[in-house]
Amino acid sequence: MRRVAVAGLGIVPVKEYWDRSAQDLFAEAAVKAMKDAGTDNVDSVYVANMSGALMQDQVNLGALAAGALGRPGLPSIRVEAGTASGGVAFHEAVKAVASGYSNCVLVGGVEKMSDVLPEYVNTALAMSEEQEYTAYTGVTKAGLSAMLHRLYLDLYAEPAEVGMMAVKGHDHAVGCKHAQYPFRMSIERAMDSPMEADPIHMMECSGVGDGAAALMLVPAGESGIEVAGSAVATDCCSLAARKDPLAFEAVRRAAERAYGMAGVKAGDIDLAEVHDDYTIDGVLSLESLGFAKQGEAAKLVAGNGTDKEGKIPVNTFGGLKARGHPLGATGLYQVAEVALQLRGAAGDHQVPGARVGLAQCMGGVASVAAVNILRRFGA
Amino acid sequence: MPMYRLSAEEVNRMWGTSGAPVEEKSVVALDEDTVTISVECAKQAVRRAGIDPSLIGAVYVGTESKPYAVKPSGTIVAEAIGATPSVSTADYEFACKAGTEAMQTCIGLVGSGMQKYAMAIGADTAQGRPADALEYTAACGGAAYIFAERSADTVAYLEASYSYVTDTPDFWRRAKEMYPRHGSRFTGEPAYFKHIVGASRGLLQETGYKPEDFKYAVFHQPNTKFPITVARTLGFSVDQINPGLVVGKVGNTYAGSSPVGLAATLDVAGPDERIFMVSYGSGSGSDAFILTTQDALKEKRGGPKLSSFIERKRNVDYATYLRHRGQIIQ
Repeated sequence: MRRVAVAGLGIVPVKEYWDRSAQDLFAEAAVKAMKDAGTDNVDSVYVANMSGALMQDQVNLGALAAGALGRPGLPSIRVEAGTASGGVAFHEAVKAVASGYSNCVLVGGVEKMSDVLPEYVNTALAMSEEQEYTAYTGVTKAGLSAMLHRLYLDLYAEPAEVGMMAVKGHDHAVGCKHAQYPFRMSIERAMDSPMEADPIHMMECSGVGDGAAALMLVPAGESGIEVAGSAVATDCCSLAARKDPLAFEAVRRAAERAYGMAGVKAGDIDLAEVHDDYTIDGVLSLESLGFAKQGEAAKLVAGNGTDKEGKIPVNTFGGLKARGHPLGATGLYQVAEVALQLRGAAGDHQVPGARVGLAQCMGGVASVAAVNILRRFGA
Repeated sequence: MPMYRLSAEEVNRMWGTSGAPVEEKSVVALDEDTVTISVECAKQAVRRAGIDPSLIGAVYVGTESKPYAVKPSGTIVAEAIGATPSVSTADYEFACKAGTEAMQTCIGLVGSGMQKYAMAIGADTAQGRPADALEYTAACGGAAYIFAERSADTVAYLEASYSYVTDTPDFWRRAKEMYPRHGSRFTGEPAYFKHIVGASRGLLQETGYKPEDFKYAVFHQPNTKFPITVARTLGFSVDQINPGLVVGKVGNTYAGSSPVGLAATLDVAGPDERIFMVSYGSGSGSDAFILTTQDALKEKRGGPKLSSFIERKRNVDYATYLRHRGQIIQ
């Protein structure tokens, strides 16, 4: 396999774009990535998107994306893996370049959530659960995560410790130009907000936003940012069928494979962008990635261990909670943010001396996970 | 303004929620509807103007809650105030800006010399689906204005008006449906804010005025937050909008909303003060007006002020509210 490098990236600020289409947003991110890479000589395209079929009544996004770039004719493939679509698409794009099949891949993610009412967002999220066993009951994604949250509170932590995951995300988002909610939020505000799904408060949930992010991948040279590890793993969809519902096995398996490819351990990672669609999911992700032992991640976060100067800086641009969570695009925002950190181009968000960074996203309640590790060349 | 009130607290008690877009909203009595509200404010307007009602050549009622699907409300109002039969009447519908549409029509009729007096009413008994966000705010009330050629007897004169309209389906009710539907957050930025800002900037640009050239401003008030936010966006201060900001106490009276806000402002304004008013109607559009008060304002505003109607109130529980709104199947 060839080594693969990130040649460029483009990020569209996450917000509500009432008068722009998903194709518009994708094209903006893609053009930014091509300009950043200094080339538009793309030979294949991957588009990550979760819910276009429900939210825009639109499938066949591969062809539409190539058209939006003014490049009909390119091989262009839509990737869907729930809210892990972005990370999984990146993984597929890496494989395309590594295999030698492609020499310059544009991988972009886009989601246009503001086209539908909030209840449809819940429907879209629930569609990642198995309809015949779980989704048909009417349970929401928040409801499923709430069960894990309750169990975690019973066994390991206080509500405010888990809630700090959201507070820290907001702290990190301050000043971030592409973040949807770039302001501080106190733990009191989070804990006083209404219940979304008891014990998950509204201010512990990521919001609804539109966005697109894209990266350009090429064979690695002797400088820049290389893809050190990339893996996807799955777990059984049903929480009830899992041996330990608080262990995100898909995340653990993907991380293990990606760490192995990169030749690193969790302790070698300088920063991580993790999937905190709800605070509890972020906390459990940290544990499954190996940044904390089971039951200790909430205390790590509350004890400032995930701050920029902490043991493992996490969600340095705000994470899903504060930067925003445009579903299928989220995984590519994460990878782009890690690349910015490794370039030393993260501005006020910069983790000093960052050499190796990790991006983790997941779909369903961690029934699919993607872990991508980037490394500054020579580090 | 009807005397009954339903508090946000009572809605929260009913549904186990915690919203508070307004403190409370006005609710009709069993025998009140848009026509009775219109008649009441029309009579007050005639009494204050001190004119012969038979000289009113036009009565237009702007509302989205007509008691009759087919049959004008304006005829009942015109009959009740003694303006018939030499009168033109019609009902206007443009969601919450139907009242200001009626005003613009009256301005045209009087300005062209077609009529000596023309009356515009904005009134509603707005429907909010139970447990919907609009249930907190959908309220009942209205205001009537009589337009005439500017003279020493008029309370204010119009300097300019401007409308800004696009096809933006943020809120609607199809025929035979009991409650309107809305596009949730879509009703904010691309609907309310875009159109009010568009109409306001259009009128300010045409006239050359700046926000500080106005003593008061009134913006359509669907809740407490939106008019304050849009005022700040445009460069108006909270002090300028406060006198007309009644939504917290009476809710959103829909087609009555900005006309009622203007009435509250006229209750406290002095002579020769400039007022900026902008309505918003879903669908969507905004009508912006610039008015300057005259000396006659003080002598014409005898009788009860709007604040006295707001203070004269009786709170009802949720069940009584449902009964008053005809929502209990008997």
